Amino acid sequence: MTGDPQTAYVHPVEERLRMQFVRSLDGDGAAYNVFLRDLATHLRGYLRRRLPNLHDDVEDVLQEVLLAIHRSRHTYRRDEPLTAWVHAIVRYKMVDFLRAHARHEALHDPLDDAPDLFAQASIEPAEARRDLGKLLDELPERQKLPILHVKIEGRSIAEVAQLTGLSEPAVKIGVHRGLKALALKIRGERS
Amino acid sequence: MRTDTLIAVLAVDARPVNPRSFERRLACALGAALGGALVLLLFGYGVRADLLQLAATPIFWAKLALPLTLACAALLATARLARPGVTVGRAWTGLAIPAVLVWIAALVMLWLAPGDARVALVLGRTWRTCSLNIALLSLPGLIAILVALRSLAPTRLPLTGAMAGLLAGAIGALAYCLRCQEPAVPFWATWYLLGMAIPTAVGALLGRRVLHW
Repeated sequence: MTGDPQTAYVHPVEERLRMQFVRSLDGDGAAYNVFLRDLATHLRGYLRRRLPNLHDDVEDVLQEVLLAIHRSRHTYRRDEPLTAWVHAIVRYKMVDFLRAHARHEALHDPLDDAPDLFAQASIEPAEARRDLGKLLDELPERQKLPILHVKIEGRSIAEVAQLTGLSEPAVKIGVHRGLKALALKIRGERS
Repeated sequence: MRTDTLIAVLAVDARPVNPRSFERRLACALGAALGGALVLLLFGYGVRADLLQLAATPIFWAKLALPLTLACAALLATARLARPGVTVGRAWTGLAIPAVLVWIAALVMLWLAPGDARVALVLGRTWRTCSLNIALLSLPGLIAILVALRSLAPTRLPLTGAMAGLLAGAIGALAYCLRCQEPAVPFWATWYLLGMAIPTAVGALLGRRVLHW
């Protein structure tokens, strides 16, 4: 390597993720999709290492982190390293989870755990323990429907708009509000 | 819901992010804090009648400089704390310097003053109300700044709350300068700093609960 030791080394993953994320900040949904998938793979491994005794909860925490990243997009400055930003969010959500987990455990008789002893499944990627779909059901129709259409049928915004008779911006707003409400529900579960 | 599906839904919500959205939210909160403190001052206390003459004296501007510099440093610290993965760094020094300088000046003045005048220099005529008035004037700002922070992403909640409180307190003190009649440095080195410390403590205590996201 002949590189100048003064130039900071940028990890190829950081470089790739950052480029996709910055494009998503300009509204590129496809780049955002690629970014989130890529990031989720890395975070899943990271969380599994960090929560060795709580593998069943990894997918839950991961989903929370993704929602947290989504809601915080406007706090990322494009010239800053993405890793530091993501890492701080992951750590925040992980501490939050562990705090709630400790409180939850303290409330339960340890004997209660016995029937769950063999219930641990580890098919990859693990099923989330908390069913976001159930939380979604609790939302009002206008917040739930756009998400359900995109989610279950994998339709594009244009198709959902045609199907529901809503305008495209209205469908987008529906998804946006639905996601916000969903994040609030998760937080409500925790406190 | 599987994570893949969640990602698909999130990707649909990939709206363009205004690069100035972060600054704009803080600027709005700052405007509300200043406006709120000034409105409270004008209608609750009123401005001093001799404000214009007072503005010609250097001590008035020195007094104004204390909350002004603290507000700048607290704003910098708050803005950095509101973004994940950003360290506060040198902003801490910016917070310490004005307070230390004012304290040095106050101690020198007390040292030079004759023994029987020292108590009067510290207590002035309004020591009973000064700190509480500053805390009261900072209230609209504290609310506005905490609301703005809730839409950002602080990860060190009590600390962020404290800095929000200090920023609000400094803005409250800034407004109170238009009312305050105390010229002595030892007076405001004590009661102004105490007045700003009240919202700082309130912010630190509220932080974890209010700023949680």
